[in-house]
Amino acid sequence: MHITKKATVLIVGLGLVTLSACGSSGSGGSGSGADSKTVTLVSHGSFAYSKDVLKAFEKESGYKVKVLKSGDAGQAVNQAILTKDNPQGDVFFGVDNTLLSRALDNGLFQPYEASGLDKVGAEYQLDQDEHRVTPIDSGDICVNYDKAYFEKNKIAPPRSFDDLIKPEYKDLLVTENASTSSPGLGFVLGTAAEYGDDGWEGYWEKLKANGVKVVDGWEQAYYQEFSGSTDGKKAGGDRPLVVSYASSPPAEVVYADPKPKTAPTGVATGTCFRQIEFAGLLSNANNAEGGKALIDFLISKEFQEDMPLNMFVYPVVEGASVPAEFTEYGPAAKDPETMAPEKIAENRDQWVKSWTSLVLK
Amino acid sequence: MDLARTEVTEATKEAVAAPRGPRRSGSAARLGLMVLPVAFFGVSFAYPVAAIVVRGLKADGTWDLGRIGEVLADSGIRHVLWFTTWQALVSTALTLLIALPGAYVFARFDFRGKDILRAVVTVPFVLPTVVVGTAFLALVGRGGLFDELWGVRLDTTVWAILLAHVFFNYAVVVRTVGGLWAQLDPGQEEAARMLGASPLAAWRRVTLPALAPAVAAAALMVFLFTFTSFGVVQILGGPTFSTLEVEIYRQTSEIFDLATAAVLTLVQFVAVGCILAVHAWTVRRRETALRLVDASLTSRRPRGAGQWALLGGVLATVVVLILLPLGVLVERSLDAPGFGYYKALTSDDSGIFLVAPIEAVGNSLTYALAATAIALVIGGLAAAALTRRAGRLVRGFDALLMLPLGVSAVTVGFGFLIALDEPPLDLRSSWILVPLAQALVGVPFVVRIMLPVLRAVDERLREAAAVLGASPWRVWREVDLPMVRRALLVAAGFAFAVSLGEFGATVFIARADNPTLPVAVARLLGRPGDLNYGQAMALSTILMVVCAGALLVLERLRPDRTGEF
Repeated sequence: MHITKKATVLIVGLGLVTLSACGSSGSGGSGSGADSKTVTLVSHGSFAYSKDVLKAFEKESGYKVKVLKSGDAGQAVNQAILTKDNPQGDVFFGVDNTLLSRALDNGLFQPYEASGLDKVGAEYQLDQDEHRVTPIDSGDICVNYDKAYFEKNKIAPPRSFDDLIKPEYKDLLVTENASTSSPGLGFVLGTAAEYGDDGWEGYWEKLKANGVKVVDGWEQAYYQEFSGSTDGKKAGGDRPLVVSYASSPPAEVVYADPKPKTAPTGVATGTCFRQIEFAGLLSNANNAEGGKALIDFLISKEFQEDMPLNMFVYPVVEGASVPAEFTEYGPAAKDPETMAPEKIAENRDQWVKSWTSLVLK
Repeated sequence: MDLARTEVTEATKEAVAAPRGPRRSGSAARLGLMVLPVAFFGVSFAYPVAAIVVRGLKADGTWDLGRIGEVLADSGIRHVLWFTTWQALVSTALTLLIALPGAYVFARFDFRGKDILRAVVTVPFVLPTVVVGTAFLALVGRGGLFDELWGVRLDTTVWAILLAHVFFNYAVVVRTVGGLWAQLDPGQEEAARMLGASPLAAWRRVTLPALAPAVAAAALMVFLFTFTSFGVVQILGGPTFSTLEVEIYRQTSEIFDLATAAVLTLVQFVAVGCILAVHAWTVRRRETALRLVDASLTSRRPRGAGQWALLGGVLATVVVLILLPLGVLVERSLDAPGFGYYKALTSDDSGIFLVAPIEAVGNSLTYALAATAIALVIGGLAAAALTRRAGRLVRGFDALLMLPLGVSAVTVGFGFLIALDEPPLDLRSSWILVPLAQALVGVPFVVRIMLPVLRAVDERLREAAAVLGASPWRVWREVDLPMVRRALLVAAGFAFAVSLGEFGATVFIARADNPTLPVAVARLLGRPGDLNYGQAMALSTILMVVCAGALLVLERLRPDRTGEF
């Protein structure tokens, strides 16, 4: 009897070993010493590009680019930190100024001063001394409004944070969970920048009393709850104010068919918070050389000019032109709120915690 | 799901099986059988989970156990614990209330299409929670069917969560309780009535005590599944409702507070351990002297208005609770003219996956087949080891194999990422990672299904064959194999279906260029636009059809010796 069983164990064991051996040899993963001609970019789910532009880079540099996208920005950063000892790729794109300190403190990146950095505006270079990250794009998180709603009801759309707590805007605003969504967090940081360490909680108490609604992510807020977006209309969204981006109105026009003359939505220009997105060479990248070339490419004029209509963000390189749709349909934010990365690093987690117990519980 | 069910059989079989001879095969053989399952369990469960917990609780090389107290004292966390517990209790009660009549109808009534209906009610259980959440959103969410018809919306209310849990676990009760009910001899209740007991009294005194352990086992399983609920709460709960499992996910993946996540993982570990211990205890205490009869003899066509009304009521429940959400999925997937959403699945233009979404079907099938093979080997060996009279050690091992069902899939997924990344276990970029994680949830099912059948094989048959000169290999092939073949197929089918639907762990380890069906559905749902939504619905429908097909085949294969498998 037990001879049989032992034989079974042996056979099965061999089978499993063979199975896993096939697995690791056949997969050709980027992490396990794949060929040096492949460079892997890890990013969040919103990363987008034109295929032609990437192909041109591949042809020119001789590298083959592989893109791994997962989750939203925060999740992608956290996953990259968890796997940093043996990363899934060579370059990470998509950490923004609100989460930058988390990535830097955890040693996610190694220094690399990209060639072409001199053309990137100084205000974007938040790690100028060590060059662990390279700024790639920027955008402004602002309250968007549904023009039709405010025209129909003969109310002026809100312009500032102060406006949002006025009675005429009761039950109109939907925002995102600050602990799970980067525009949600940006909006909270914007209020903290506006009202200061002692004042922002009081502001949120008023905002809550004024009927602000919180949902988990930007997609849900913008495409389900917001009455101004095409999808939101279809879904029966009934909130005419949403926390989104300054570039959302042009996006509404670009994706519309037929294209309207003016954007159906507008931006409350006094409610904006500046967001900057960075890329960095991962600390234990297998193909560091390829990674460096890729980062150079991300701040090249070709990629910078390709970005706006793919990801609806602004280029950070001087001289990169912004598409006409951007200037025509979406006024850039005037004096967006900003906050020093050190200050964000120091307070972020505590603020999110206070915000959660204040607004959600 | 049929775990508890098979345990009923297991316990009863133990009672009816011929007394086993003295242990001939020594403990060496048993240990030999356990080597591989233990290694599998260690590598793909214990080690990754330990790695992530240690990572959370060890700061700069020193243990930070003070965090445990801090986390548990936090009012937000206490709120999560409270909500987790009460929603699980209410979900369990509601499921029992709605599903027990169903269990009775499936056990006692004979009607056309019963097999198909049984497969249909089981489909939700093997569907990934993302799809279940989506189906309910399409039904009771904004712009959903109820919203369109009557302006009724239940999303971000606790009702949506509770209803989805009932939908999900209906089959657990129907199959666990109904399976035993069908084998109870109705003659006993009739005898009690003949002796003057009222129908209610007869039921209460005769049937109920016999059923109670199965009801308890089913209730505990439903409690376990709802206590650790992830996808359903994640999708339907909005930012306000959070179970322990969802909170572990948020703390790890979104807030990046690994210490809190580690403490919560330990809390869930303890809770699940307790639930499983109580479950094992009820199973062991189960009456063994029940008079069981062949299930096919106890059911008959309903008679009289009352019975027809009961059947009608159960059918209506199944239609509203199960067919309607599934139907809405199908309907939404067909919303574009000319199967537009299905056609779109073959294009890789969306740029979400680098590959056409339809490739997820092939990936899923491949992964699930590999996972099934692993689960069969591991589960089969474990069951064979457990067949021998169980010592304390082996019984402990038995419980251990159940743990992955209740321990955070999120933790397992992240654990895989950070633990299995160095030689000799650098599986990080290997495709085997996904089947390994999926097999983890398949193994408990294989063990539960195989164990009673293996235990029922009369040892004397094997001995007789050996005495007549058969080699051990031949004994296995000619005695054991024919008896367990069907159970093996059923186990394979179940492992296949749960692997296909596994989401929590897979979502972390499936590569962007190799998504599985549930992962692809979740990604598509996270994107705006009709086309993405429609494609998510189409993929969900495909997944549902594959699962239903597998289950329908199982219905045909049901081994007669174990009744309901």
